[in-house]
Amino acid sequence: MDLTLKVWRQENSKAKGNFESYQIKNISPDSSFLEMIDALSEQLINEGKEPVAFDHDCREGICGMCSLFINGRAHGPDEEITTCQLHMRKFKDGDTIVIEPWRAAGFPVIKDLMVERDAFDKILQAGGFISVNTGSAQEANAIPIPQHKAEESMDGASCIGCGACVATCKNSSAMLFVASKVSQLALLPQGKPEAVRRAKAMVAKMDELGFGHCTNTGACEVECPKGVSLDHIARLNREFLAANLKF
Amino acid sequence: MSQLNSKVPSGPLAEKWEKYKANQNLVNPANKRKLDIIVVGTGLGGAAAAASMGELGFKVKNFCYSDSPRRAHSIAAQGGINAAKNYQNDGDSVYRLFYDTIKGGDYRAREANVYRLAEVSNDIIDQCVAQGVPFARDYGGYLDNRSFGGALVSRTFYARGQTGQQLLLGAYGVLNRQIAAGNVELYTRTEMMDLVVVDGRARGIVVRNMISGEISTHFAHAVVLATGGYGNVFFLSTMAMGSNGSAAWQVYKKGALFANPAFVQIHPTCIPVHGEAQSKLTLMSESLRNDGRIWVPKELEDAEKIRKGELQPTDLPAEKRDYYLERRYPAFGNLVPRDVASRAAKERCDAGFGIGTGHAVYLDFKDAIERLGKDLIEARYGNLFQMYEKIVDTDPYTTPMMIYPAIHYTMGGLWVDYELQTTIPGLFSIGEANFSDHGANRLGASALMQGLADGYFVLPFTINNYLADQIGVARMNPEETPEFIEAREKTLAYIDKLMKIQGDRSVDSIHKELGKIMWEHVGMGRTKEGLEKGIVKIQALREEFWKNLRIPGKTDTINPELEKANRLADFIDIGELMAMDALQRNESCGGHFREEYKTPEGEALRDDKNFKFVGAWEYMGEKKTPKLHKEALQFEFVEVKTRDYK
Repeated sequence: MDLTLKVWRQENSKAKGNFESYQIKNISPDSSFLEMIDALSEQLINEGKEPVAFDHDCREGICGMCSLFINGRAHGPDEEITTCQLHMRKFKDGDTIVIEPWRAAGFPVIKDLMVERDAFDKILQAGGFISVNTGSAQEANAIPIPQHKAEESMDGASCIGCGACVATCKNSSAMLFVASKVSQLALLPQGKPEAVRRAKAMVAKMDELGFGHCTNTGACEVECPKGVSLDHIARLNREFLAANLKF
Repeated sequence: MSQLNSKVPSGPLAEKWEKYKANQNLVNPANKRKLDIIVVGTGLGGAAAAASMGELGFKVKNFCYSDSPRRAHSIAAQGGINAAKNYQNDGDSVYRLFYDTIKGGDYRAREANVYRLAEVSNDIIDQCVAQGVPFARDYGGYLDNRSFGGALVSRTFYARGQTGQQLLLGAYGVLNRQIAAGNVELYTRTEMMDLVVVDGRARGIVVRNMISGEISTHFAHAVVLATGGYGNVFFLSTMAMGSNGSAAWQVYKKGALFANPAFVQIHPTCIPVHGEAQSKLTLMSESLRNDGRIWVPKELEDAEKIRKGELQPTDLPAEKRDYYLERRYPAFGNLVPRDVASRAAKERCDAGFGIGTGHAVYLDFKDAIERLGKDLIEARYGNLFQMYEKIVDTDPYTTPMMIYPAIHYTMGGLWVDYELQTTIPGLFSIGEANFSDHGANRLGASALMQGLADGYFVLPFTINNYLADQIGVARMNPEETPEFIEAREKTLAYIDKLMKIQGDRSVDSIHKELGKIMWEHVGMGRTKEGLEKGIVKIQALREEFWKNLRIPGKTDTINPELEKANRLADFIDIGELMAMDALQRNESCGGHFREEYKTPEGEALRDDKNFKFVGAWEYMGEKKTPKLHKEALQFEFVEVKTRDYK
């Protein structure tokens, strides 16, 4: 396949960025999208230019590091996948592909297609855990957990922290991200004791870090590579309401 | 270097760890606040260790090269984690888990370490459940298990096909709690460049900030490397793109011994290579072998027709299929250990029975779907099937998966004693980065177990024994201590040297070449001649690297090419040591298969008389031949036998 790429280039967080156009040839439809960018990098290096900087690591859809906005969609034109799992067979020979970084106040661009997502870490540090010290756990089977609860909890826990939900949301809200963790832990008996404090602390941190409010457009759910559902936001709202009633 | 002292406590196997804990030195809580510990890496081992030591009151600095600790490649582990809970009442015990691991490792691991691993395995499950890890459960609400290779019991705990993710997020959660509490200071997008040694002890590290390019130094009373394996020597592997061996290699050059570098795990069930542009390989979890059956056509002509697309695998009747694992190993069948399954696949493909490009075999779920229904198979493996379909573009519910072996894990690593301390005092290594528990082959679902065992339950104890006599050592100011200043200067000069090569080849182009050399000569079937050839080629490639590499861009900004070049320089050196180690080991054991040493049936032929040792290499200086030290392995509690999965 031969393609035209319009790629966002930006020297660093302070510089002004712009789109650059590149022609790339002979891309196999069986290549992944990031392998196509690898080919672009090789081409640029051979021309004595700097390759495009982008975040990626596991390349199997689980680390959450890759993060591209491709033709106006987070993780590109396919359902429930990350950019690294997107394959070139989803495009046609001669296509023009526009590649941008996540754009959200909470995720500043640091170079080209790379953004900083440490805000997600900070939200989780505010309370996205169960406070248990190593060594103080009881026997694992002491508390049975209904299977459907464990499964729902796992649905929330599937979040990979990529930020597609924020990048897609017109308000740049991190509600789905926050909700997935609040929900995962609130569904488990082990997470109950701190559920109220957790929901409150995480939402407060999200607000503080410049993420917008949720207006229930549902765009986040559509673009979530792991199919994390809006139901978790409903559960977060319940936990948050409970938090405000209790405190 | 004097005789290697493994510091294994005396006494009966089952009492060693208790005895160690009863007699080790401890640090009182007030003194813990005065002691700094650096942990490099935030995977299962690193995050668990940093959090646990933070909880104890030590001042911990934790470093990772990604933008968040949660990206560490432990996250990609799919299938599960072993523990000797015996919830299934199927005859499991600590001893059996220990025995399976020792046997699975082909009797090339240290008994005492492995027994301790099995002992603490149950605590890990308790801990993770308490953290909110949503393991799979049965209808009664109790924890569920499945089977993995190399075991006759069901002892593997799992969270769908994302067990590594869930365990890592659990560890990341408790790490976040310690960061918030101020006990752990986190440095993201920061890569370790060198170790600082003062008066023979590890006292700190040199790091590069991957955003600003700034080179800085950090002091600690002890340094812990939890930096994972070096499988990316092969370029194509199931590792993350950034996984590297550089931290381990830097400390090797400072005097830490590197053990069994030749022991690499080749995983039998990965999605086959599609072409030259391939950048990494994707694993299909071993758990699939619970229900999938592996086969190739029985007749060469059928294999050829399938390769040409003239025949569909679904059209081939059962009697024309060769379920070669079930045929060769009736007792374990499709659940033989990874090394055995990988070699068997290679044997069939080398003999011309491969499908796809010729380097692939089938993993077929037809019988399981007929027996259990599509819904159950989807519940068990849905996300893996989806992943397969996205990559290969065929539906594994109706057409058998194509799989082929790929580099997956490195059993070799930094030599450590029973306390997980390297040969440099104050330098510890945990998880995949050390060599200690898996011998010549790791069993499935044991990497997660080891990472968390080391991080939660072993290192936080043993490091006390070292730190107990360090309480009088005042914190050093890196900016005023000559060893730190010198190490920083050395790193700056090294980066400068890399940038000045200015040849005409990209890092990846050289890395791909290294990968091909390694796969051909230091891969699944090794020979003396091939290894010798491989070493010559690696040496030539090193010349090429230092002459013809081109790194565009600058050093004081984000520069992925510089990061990759720095790692590749070390991969080339590691590759050479791997080949040397494979060459000295004139036997076949576990993942190390020398064609000259096999039984008439083609099984690995160990030489216990001459090679029942850990081969630990000592760096002797640039362009000098490293020195091999041997830690003799004593098997007091198990009988050393030929591995038999028939």
